[in-house]
Amino acid sequence: MNNFKVLMNGIIKENPTFVLLLGMCPTLGTTSSAINGMSMGLATMFVLILSNLVISLIKNLIPDMVRIPSFIVVIASFVTLLQMLMQAYLPDIYATLGLFIPLIVVNCIILGRAEAFAAKNGPVASIFDGIGMGLGFTIALTLLGAVREILGTGKLFGFTLMPEEYGMLVFVLAPGAFIALGYLIAIVNKLRSN
Amino acid sequence: MKKLESSLLNMAVVLTVISVIAGGLLAYVNGVTEGPIQEIKAKALADGIKAVLQADEATVQQVDTIDGGVAIVYKTDKGTAVQAVNNNAFGGSIKVLVGFDAEGNILGYNVLEHAETPGLGAKAGEWFQKGAKGDIIGKHPAKNNLTVSKDGGEVDAITASTITTRAFLGAVNSAYQAYQGGAVDANSSATQQVKEVVKDAVDAVSKAACCGDPAKCEANFCTGDKENCVCGSN
Repeated sequence: MNNFKVLMNGIIKENPTFVLLLGMCPTLGTTSSAINGMSMGLATMFVLILSNLVISLIKNLIPDMVRIPSFIVVIASFVTLLQMLMQAYLPDIYATLGLFIPLIVVNCIILGRAEAFAAKNGPVASIFDGIGMGLGFTIALTLLGAVREILGTGKLFGFTLMPEEYGMLVFVLAPGAFIALGYLIAIVNKLRSN
Repeated sequence: MKKLESSLLNMAVVLTVISVIAGGLLAYVNGVTEGPIQEIKAKALADGIKAVLQADEATVQQVDTIDGGVAIVYKTDKGTAVQAVNNNAFGGSIKVLVGFDAEGNILGYNVLEHAETPGLGAKAGEWFQKGAKGDIIGKHPAKNNLTVSKDGGEVDAITASTITTRAFLGAVNSAYQAYQGGAVDANSSATQQVKEVVKDAVDAVSKAACCGDPAKCEANFCTGDKENCVCGSN
């Protein structure tokens, strides 16, 4: 499988949100607006690329029976590093994203890719898998966030498209997340089957 | 290279080495970023104090921490800024910075930290500003009844976010108590009024009897008589 294929695999064929249905907690919890969804997606992508790279490099040094704890230590370290570096050098982005960063540790996409891809493939392919899966996740979360933001508040990325009074608040709340996600998955499945 | 076998020794050594490397790396980065993070926090706080006191320049003369950080009072030459927390908000706790002038009137406020729903409770940052629907600027927590109008107060709650509003006003009233030098309870809600403290003390007996155990009554919201007690959060 060449690297481009690996990349597109994460975005379309095995999109973590729409096809694999992995990482539903951050998907539903952080997509109340498009910018929140996109930020969460990008932060996840950053951790995913680094953890995929490191795990593919050290995969042969890790005995099978302790691979999960080892992976989790690697992932949690990267998340904590990301949090500290952002807090120190990108305070504006941290103000928006800070809440979500610790959530990345428990995102099963990252552990899932470490287990399913990085532990079996070389470092370059693993980086591409990280980018692909990360982009797929980012696109899905941005899309879901945009749908919820438009229907819920009448805005998109903070710009008003229609008066807020016409917004359906349910889409900003948790039930709206399930409804919007369900319809998006249905649309994506329809498009994929064609 | 062949994969390492899962022998007890291998597993112990590998996990230890990975943890030590990760721990060392984190300790190093923590050391590097500690300084900048403190600076940023200090700057954000200084900007916040200036903003809520409506002053271009303010010099902090005295800092009092009350109850281990539940409220922090910053006395400056332009007035007093008080940071207070309330834990009864919809998404957990809400932290606000409130500026008071020498008489205790509210000069301005700033929501420092919250986890409220976007489009609903997250509007707290604008809702209570000057000229907005729930304007609290210029009001005095002891002279004005700063509770939700539904609870008999004079502040209009954020649409569909009464819980957030109660928590926010609870924090504002706590800030005023701290400003006055009183003890602060981060779990009290805005239904407990500063100006009604005496009345509340009398009511507390009947409220306690009403619900049996007022501690179970999360929002201290209790109506009805002994037999038909209603204890709710909204």
